[in-house]
Amino acid sequence: MAHVTGKNRGLRLRLYVAANAPNSLLAVANVKALCATHFPSAHVLEIVDLLRHPGRGLEDGIVVTPTLLKLSPSPVQRLIGNLSDTDRVLMTLAAR
Amino acid sequence: MSASNGKVTREKKHAKQRSTRLSRAERALRAGERTVERRTESSHAMKSAHATVKSAHATVTKTLTGIQGFDEITNGGLPRGRTTLVMGGPGCGKTVFALQSLINGANQMDDGGIFVAFEESTRQIIANAATFGWDLSVLDKKKLFFFDARLSPEIVKSGDFDLVGMLALLESKARDLGAKRIVFDGIDVLLNLLDDPVAERREIYRIREWLSRTGLTGIVTQKVGGLELDQRYNFLQFMVDCVVVLRHQVVDGSAFRNLRIVKYRGSGFSGDEFPIALTAEGLQLTNRGPRELKYDVSDERISSGLPRLDKMLQGGFHRGTNVLISGAPGTAKSTLAGLFIEAACKRGERTMYVSFDEGATQIVRNLRSVGVQLDPYVKSRLLSMYSTRTRGPNIEDQFSDLRAKVRSHKPSCLVIDPLSALSTKLSHVASADAAQQFLDFLKGEGVTVVNTSLMDGLSTDEATATGISTIADTWIHVSYVVQDGERNRALTIVKSRGTGHSNQVRELTLSDKGVDLADVFIAQGKVLMGVARWEWEQEEEATQQRSDVATELKRLQLQVAQAEAAARLQVVQTEMDARSAEIALLARATGSASKLQATDRAVLRKMRHADDDGRFATSRARAGVAERNGKEAGR
Repeated sequence: MAHVTGKNRGLRLRLYVAANAPNSLLAVANVKALCATHFPSAHVLEIVDLLRHPGRGLEDGIVVTPTLLKLSPSPVQRLIGNLSDTDRVLMTLAAR
Repeated sequence: MSASNGKVTREKKHAKQRSTRLSRAERALRAGERTVERRTESSHAMKSAHATVKSAHATVTKTLTGIQGFDEITNGGLPRGRTTLVMGGPGCGKTVFALQSLINGANQMDDGGIFVAFEESTRQIIANAATFGWDLSVLDKKKLFFFDARLSPEIVKSGDFDLVGMLALLESKARDLGAKRIVFDGIDVLLNLLDDPVAERREIYRIREWLSRTGLTGIVTQKVGGLELDQRYNFLQFMVDCVVVLRHQVVDGSAFRNLRIVKYRGSGFSGDEFPIALTAEGLQLTNRGPRELKYDVSDERISSGLPRLDKMLQGGFHRGTNVLISGAPGTAKSTLAGLFIEAACKRGERTMYVSFDEGATQIVRNLRSVGVQLDPYVKSRLLSMYSTRTRGPNIEDQFSDLRAKVRSHKPSCLVIDPLSALSTKLSHVASADAAQQFLDFLKGEGVTVVNTSLMDGLSTDEATATGISTIADTWIHVSYVVQDGERNRALTIVKSRGTGHSNQVRELTLSDKGVDLADVFIAQGKVLMGVARWEWEQEEEATQQRSDVATELKRLQLQVAQAEAAARLQVVQTEMDARSAEIALLARATGSASKLQATDRAVLRKMRHADDDGRFATSRARAGVAERNGKEAGR
C-alpha cells in the first residue's frame, strides 16, 4: 500500500502504519490533510504498511504505529501517534 | 492478513506438541475452566474451527527457564505460550531473569528467542550479558534477536498510538527465527508514554492476545516503585497468567534479594519468598529443598584427626554429618578443624577450607606451628582454601558462591571457619536460612562438614547464633577453665547423634609437637588442668615412688627378720646336736663304767687268788638262776 504523493521538493515524509488499525487510519487521513493544506506542492509522502512489509519497520526501528518520519530537510524527526495534534506536527516538521 | 497462513500452521504444530504432553487428569481438570475462558476471550480473534485446537492449548504446559531453583519451585518453569509478568524495583534482577531464561532456552532447548528492550539499548544488554559470561554474539544471529524498542527522547508524540505495527514485525521475525520465547523488557516505559489508562490496558491486552495467538512464551518485565505507580499498573497482574515478584531489601546494611511467585494460573506453586543471588553465572534461586528431609546415611566413621577424640567418639565422626566445634576465641577451634582436614587429605580425600576474615596463607602458617601440615595438599590441589570477608557481598551471594565452589571442587570434607563470623548478618532470618540451607545442601552432597563457632559460654538454649546447633550432628565444645592463675582448654562432647560418646572432660593441649588430649584429674572436688594437673601428676608420681621405697624397705626388713629367724633356727639346731651328742656320750659312759666294775672284780679276785667262798658262790648261783630263766623265756 506504499504510495508516493506529490513532487520531490523539500519535504519528504514516511508514515508507518498497521493496516487498518484505527490509529493508523486516522494518521493517514491527518497527514494527508495536513500536507494538502500546508505543503500542497512540495512534499513526498510514503506510506508503509508494517503488516505487509515488516522488514522495513526493522530497518527504521519502528516501535509503535503510527510513526511519521520526516526524512528531509534535516534533521530527521520522528512523530508518533495519530497526528491529531496538528500544531505540534507542524512545529516538528518545521523544526530545523 | 498475510501472516494468517503461517500462523495457523504454527498453531497446529504447537497444539500437536501440547496434546502429546496432555497427561494428568488433575491438570486437565484445572484446564477445563481455563478452556471456557479462553474460548470466549479469543473468539473474536480465532475462527470457531480452531476452538478444539484451543482447548488443548489451554492446558498449562511449562517451559523450563534453566534458572537454578526456579524450575523446581514452579514445577517446570514458566507457562508455555502464556504471559509471565516479572515485577520488581530497580536492581532486582528482572532483566537478568528474563534474559537468562531466553539464553538458556536457546542454549539448552534450542528455542529461538526475541528480546524487546524498551529501556536499555541492545548494545548495553549484550554488554551486561557478557558480565555473566553469556556470549550473545554467537547466539545473536542464529537464535536470538534483540529489538531496540526505545523511543528516543526527541520523539514527538501527537495523539494516540498502538503496538500493532511492532507486533506485526516481531511476528515476522519470530517466524524467521522459529522463536518460541519473547521478552518485553521494561514495558512500563512504553505504558508511561501512552499516558492513558485505557490505552495502557488496551496495549497490554493486545500483547497478551498476540502471545496467545502466536504461541510464544512471553516474559514481560515491569518496574515497581511508588505506591501510585503500582496501583496504576496493577491491572497487569490480573491480565497475565503468572506473576513473579523480585524484591531487594536492605537489612542492617546487608542486601537481600528474593523472589516470590504471586500467581500462577492453572498450576500449583510455592508462595514463599525464596532468596536469590546474582552470581557470575547469573541469577540463582535457593530452594529450601524438599519438605521431607532425606539423606543417605552412612555408618562409616572418619577420623577427626585426633586419635583420642576418635576414641571418645567411638571411632570418629560419621561420614556426611555436620560437626560443630564451638568455643571462646583461641580455644583451638581452627586447629581442630585443621587436624580434621589434614587427616582427610592424608586419606587422599578432596577437601575444602572456607575461612572468613582470615587469609588462607595465614591459616596454613598458624596450623603449621602446631604441627598441622596443609601446604603439600594446597600445592597438590587436594585441598582448596577459600577465604572471604564477612562484610563482603550479601550473604546469599556468598553462599551461592560457595555452592558453586563446592560443585566444582567436589570435596568430601569441608571446614567453615567460623560460621559464626556471619552472626551479625545471621541475626536476620534470611541469613540464618541461608546458612542452614547451605549446610543442608552440603548434607545432600554427602560432605562431612566441620563448622567452628565462636561462643563464649555454653548456653543451654540451643538457639545459638545461627541455630545450627540443632542441625549439627556432633557438637564439641572447647572452653577455658581459669584456675590457679592460668587458662586451660577443656574439651567436651556436648552431643553426638548416633554415637555413645564419652561424657568426660579432656584437656586439650597444644605444643609445637602437636595437639593432644589429656585426662583431667579430679582432686578435692576440683578439676585439675594445666600446671595443677602437672603438679598433681608429679605428686602422684612422688607418692608412688615413696610407696615403692617403703615397700622395698619393708621387704628388706622382713628378709632380715627371716634371716635372723633362720639363724636362730641354726643355733638351736646346733645346740640340739650338741645335746644329742652329750646324751650319747653320757649313755656310753654309763655302760662302760658298770662293765668295768664287773670286770674289775673278777680281775681283782683272780689277782688275789681268792677261793670261791660264800660270797663268790652265791653270786654264781645267782648267775645260774638267771641263765635258766633266760632259757625258759627263749622257749
